[in-house]
Amino acid sequence: MLGNLWREKKPRQLIIQIVAIVAALSLLGFFGRNALNNLELIGRDVNYAFLFTPSNYDINQHLIEYDSRSTHLRATIVGVINTALVAFFGILLATVIGFTAGVARLSSNFLVNRISYGFVEFSRNVPVLLWILLCHGVIVHNLPHPRQALSAYDLFFLTNRGVYSPKPVFEPAFWGVVAALAVAIGGACCFYRFAKQRQERTGQQVPVYWTNVSAIIALPLLAFWLLGFPVEFEFPAFKRFNFEGGLVLSPEFLALTLALGVYTGAFIAEIVRSGILAVSHGQTEAAYALGIKPNFTMRLIILPQALRIIVPPLISQYLNLTKNSSLAIAVGYMDIVATIGGISLNQTGRALECMSIVLAIYLSISLSISAFMNWYNKRISLVER
Amino acid sequence: MTGSSPEQENHQELPPPRTQVGVVGWIRGNLLSSPTDIVLTALSIYLLYELIPPIANWMFFDAVFADVEHRRECREIGAGACWAVVWKRFDQFMYGFYPEHLRWRVNLTFGLLFVALIPLLYDRVKGRRYLLRLPLIYPVFAFCMLWGGWFGLAPVESSKFGGFLLTMLIGVTGIVVSLPLGVALSLGRHSSMPVVRTLSIWYIEFIRGVPLITLLFVASTLLNYFMPPGTYFDLLLRVIIIVIMFSAAYLAEVVRGGLAAIPQGQYEAADALGLNYAKSIRLIILPQALKISIPGIMNTFIGLYKDTTLVIVVGLLDPLGIGRAALADSRWQGLSTELYIFVAMGFFISCFAMSRYSLYLERKLDTGYKND
Repeated sequence: MLGNLWREKKPRQLIIQIVAIVAALSLLGFFGRNALNNLELIGRDVNYAFLFTPSNYDINQHLIEYDSRSTHLRATIVGVINTALVAFFGILLATVIGFTAGVARLSSNFLVNRISYGFVEFSRNVPVLLWILLCHGVIVHNLPHPRQALSAYDLFFLTNRGVYSPKPVFEPAFWGVVAALAVAIGGACCFYRFAKQRQERTGQQVPVYWTNVSAIIALPLLAFWLLGFPVEFEFPAFKRFNFEGGLVLSPEFLALTLALGVYTGAFIAEIVRSGILAVSHGQTEAAYALGIKPNFTMRLIILPQALRIIVPPLISQYLNLTKNSSLAIAVGYMDIVATIGGISLNQTGRALECMSIVLAIYLSISLSISAFMNWYNKRISLVER
Repeated sequence: MTGSSPEQENHQELPPPRTQVGVVGWIRGNLLSSPTDIVLTALSIYLLYELIPPIANWMFFDAVFADVEHRRECREIGAGACWAVVWKRFDQFMYGFYPEHLRWRVNLTFGLLFVALIPLLYDRVKGRRYLLRLPLIYPVFAFCMLWGGWFGLAPVESSKFGGFLLTMLIGVTGIVVSLPLGVALSLGRHSSMPVVRTLSIWYIEFIRGVPLITLLFVASTLLNYFMPPGTYFDLLLRVIIIVIMFSAAYLAEVVRGGLAAIPQGQYEAADALGLNYAKSIRLIILPQALKISIPGIMNTFIGLYKDTTLVIVVGLLDPLGIGRAALADSRWQGLSTELYIFVAMGFFISCFAMSRYSLYLERKLDTGYKND
């Protein structure tokens, strides 16, 4: 009887699925019951009210108002912003490094090719945590003390306490410049659409690129000038022990951005290289045969096809970089893991609550990006006959 | 065109122009082929000139290799790197705090790893069929050797494990166990049974959605909540389990790509031959899917090996942890660059070797057949 059920496909699948559900539920039940028992044993409950009590610790880098009397919730938000900050600049750096090294890997110039190869192999075969610690160590131990700071034009100072630069202080009128920029970008989009329609209708081309670039640069500059330069700079100055004032990038932030940028950049370089190589050479030859100029061939034929291959793994590298930024805790940069999952956890002892918040934040970032990726992949996938 | 005219036969074959062959030809072709090329070459040479001499000086020519006791003595001898800090702790970097008189056990286990790997890695070994049993016995053997407590071997606590021993242990165990788990998960995700598929997707997406470091934190701080009261889990064991769970999810995604690339006709052909599910997967689908996913699988393995450094956040002493401990010693403070570069070299060698092997495997298994 049972043997017959097993031999038929439908009953067998049903049995397997029931077993899977039962196994999964009982595992969850086992963990849940244990958790309840354990919490009862040590006289604890699961309670998120601590989020609204003062945190009692300082965070050295905060873009929003924060001091030790702020709540744990605010500390969490500061952590999220810090993670976003390092991820943003890391992604920027990694993209620049990755595309440069990836194109250089394809160069016919022997030296350029080999240097890029060496860089890629060396940076991706060394753990990212090691890169972070190495960068941090070099900055903290090998750069000069603020007293002997390396300076560039007496505006930027390179010290073992970080990089100091003039800090722009925006006056309210600066919003006018921002508005001008927005208008310029909006106008550029409209002009692009108009030019495209016109070309499709009449075949006449308008110099879209240069018009738009000059409009986007010129309009904000004009507004800037008309409003009477509504920006002042606060310069860093050396006082007794350290620099004061100005914009400071902490060694932790610098080390983290640099290390994540270099490490992820190497992976992006390989993605870019294989993406360009994957576009068959026949495409280039066909374009040349049609009399299309080399730079148009690259822009109109090769890149659109290569990007289709490059973009999905590129986004997943960006996601990896964001997740790797959690290693910030090794150098003491105050990101999500270090604030709510580190100091808040140790102060309140609410491990379950704090870790669940950390996991939920990362999970929501990852899942929303992967949902976007699924949508994007569906959009760009070739419709095959 | 091919018919030779009488004049041609009388002429000797001329050598190619001297500027097109040999060293000169190579330089012209590869370094100076166009104005842009010349500029790029000049820039590259400048970059190398700026980078290589200072680094070489720091690492070798100005470096201090003498066996000194304090970084101050180093500074008196030379301005470069102070390698004594590495030599002083070399044993720790290799074995951690494994008892000195028992280290032969580690050496033996490490050496036999390669003996066990040979029949797996190369298929031209004689008697491979019998030798293939070695990798199956090896894990049991390695466990007995390293932990001891059996066959009259003195037991060693896992908290004494450290250095590259720990890296190898976590890395190799992770690689060996996570591959079958990952394949099973990817089959689950590819399955036609909705429950199995959903459970696999949840697991994979959850693990891939959070950083490894947070999972390690969960293992070190939260696991006690979820176990029956009084259960004790070895920290090293917990870390290994987490690493396995983590990389299994990534492997599942990689293998899924391979499974998706198999044309539907292969499944249908297997059905037509009357193979059941297990056989069609084992004999038809997986061999092809795994071959396609070799680069991804090897990359995941390399990633796992590199991720073993994260165990320092839960207090295990891998080479990086040993290096940080050395920095805490007031005699060696500030020598972080030397220590980290040494550890980086160790990782670079093993990871680079793995990626080279992956290339070799890809070339060897390439049948020249591509479905495009």
